[in-house]
Amino acid sequence: MKPRLILLLLGVSALLGLLFMGLGLNSRDLPSPLVGKPAPPFMLEALENAEVILTERDFIGEVALVNVWATWCGTCRSEKPLLMELARGGIPIHAFNYRDERDSALRYLNVSDNPYRTIAYDPKGDAGIDWGVYATPETYVLDAEGVIRYKRIGPLTRQLLLDEVLPLIETLRAGEARRMAQS
Amino acid sequence: MKPRIPLIRRALSLWLLAAWLPAGSVMGLAIGEPLTFTREAHQRQYDILVRELRCTVCQSEAIHESNAELAADMRRRVYEMTLAGHDAGAIIEFMVQRYGDYVRYRPPLQANTWLLWASPFLLALFGALAWWRSVAVRRRMPPAPVFTGQERALLERLRRESGGGRLP
Repeated sequence: MKPRLILLLLGVSALLGLLFMGLGLNSRDLPSPLVGKPAPPFMLEALENAEVILTERDFIGEVALVNVWATWCGTCRSEKPLLMELARGGIPIHAFNYRDERDSALRYLNVSDNPYRTIAYDPKGDAGIDWGVYATPETYVLDAEGVIRYKRIGPLTRQLLLDEVLPLIETLRAGEARRMAQS
Repeated sequence: MKPRIPLIRRALSLWLLAAWLPAGSVMGLAIGEPLTFTREAHQRQYDILVRELRCTVCQSEAIHESNAELAADMRRRVYEMTLAGHDAGAIIEFMVQRYGDYVRYRPPLQANTWLLWASPFLLALFGALAWWRSVAVRRRMPPAPVFTGQERALLERLRRESGGGRLP
């Protein structure tokens, strides 16, 4: 009888443990199949000037962040001070203005800081689908060759930057510097 | 005095009810954009795909029934790709490449999902084994002895002599 009781207890606690682990998981943190792949191509107007056509090439060249934002997205607003700090620290940030209106986006950037170097205007979410965007804000890290190295769904936090994003940028930059030195 | 509703008004309200009921149920059928298809095969493929693809924002809805803007974008993409002649497999593959396996409402059987698919069968197997074991254990137990009246009296006497304790 005894060993069977122990076995039962083990089984139940294993199941409880599994369910408990499930509680801690965020069901929105989906693994992105795009990590490790080159930046998906797109062709969009620049937010500031409809006559300028931007493509993925405008995002590529150095290690950079790509941030997906909109004025209707409150979390994007609260995330922006962090992006400003990054931009001031010399990290280029490109952006998709996602499912937004050009006027309100420009007005918003006029009355507050603008951390973005390049902003592609994506009012219909066309590039959004190609980049696998589903919950703004989202942030990608591109290496100098334009390969997506990281994707964050939801707002960046200081902790996340210190733990994951900044070390990754350091590594990518070091790798790039080595590559440049060799060639 | 009992108020009387004129017959004509009663008929009118009935008619209104009858006219609105079907309208409500039609509206419940599909969300969003009215779409036109020139080929029935396209329509069929679209109808299947929007039920196969999951809305990644709302998570427990297919894009067919979701009000999310992303779902509308995905429906539009499915529509455009269908009209452009892509087959269902290609469109699902397109979405999987961007949103991952999660976008498929029915997970495919592959290396990282075999446990998911096998778990009901494993559980059934486990249950069957446990049941079989408990039956086997019960079979091995000696049958309950049948005492004669004399034996019963003897046992009763022994029990009393040993201080009323229960027999082992």
